Amino acid sequence: MLDTRTETLHVVYLARLREAFASSGEAFAFAGDGTTVAEVIETLRGRGGAWATELAPGRAVRIAVNQVMASPSTRVHAGDEVALFPPVTGG
Amino acid sequence: MTVRVQQAAFDIGDEIDGMRAGDARVGAIATFIGTVRDVNDAASVSALVLEHYPGMTESALGEIVADAKSRWNILDALVVHRVGKLEPTEAIVLVAVTSAHRQDAFAACEFIMDFLKTRAPFWKKETTPAGERWVDARQSDDDAAARWSPDTR
Repeated sequence: MLDTRTETLHVVYLARLREAFASSGEAFAFAGDGTTVAEVIETLRGRGGAWATELAPGRAVRIAVNQVMASPSTRVHAGDEVALFPPVTGG
Repeated sequence: MTVRVQQAAFDIGDEIDGMRAGDARVGAIATFIGTVRDVNDAASVSALVLEHYPGMTESALGEIVADAKSRWNILDALVVHRVGKLEPTEAIVLVAVTSAHRQDAFAACEFIMDFLKTRAPFWKKETTPAGERWVDARQSDDDAAARWSPDTR
């Protein structure tokens, strides 16, 4: 069916999120062009448990798309690397 | 302009010698070294584990250094940041900047550290008597980076 075509991107979890999700990343199927990072996060949040807790609205989650800082409104495409992580604490 | 992310300790003397070797234009070298403390947020800290995002960390540091070079008249800049397990008193990060005159080196060094703290993807996890905990980002670091408006010189 033409309307159910899905694309895949790779989601990466770092630091506290990697531990909370017990995963360093996964392939993520999404609806294709036009999807935003916010929609990806909404889907992940819907899994409940640690996903709902760590990605709850108001929690500080930083986003990078293809290793460049991005925002919830950034649109994603097939093959993109979407990283989710807490505010950075290096130095 | 060089950025490195590594587990190994660095020797500040060797690093500075490498930057200034034979370059008689250099009149000033400013350095910053960040080290591991044994206390944070009212708890004693026995160890620190630093995690990064391979690839993005190096490119983010490269952009910060390039931005510093566009703002000040500097000759060279070096960032070395360690990852993995570190213990109190160990060095975490070195920033070194060379210039003809001290003002450019001082300012660029401080700028690079302020943006490293808020833009480069590193995360610290501390070991305390109560167990391990991820270090929270500080508002004071965001404030420090915000001082540098696009045309600050």
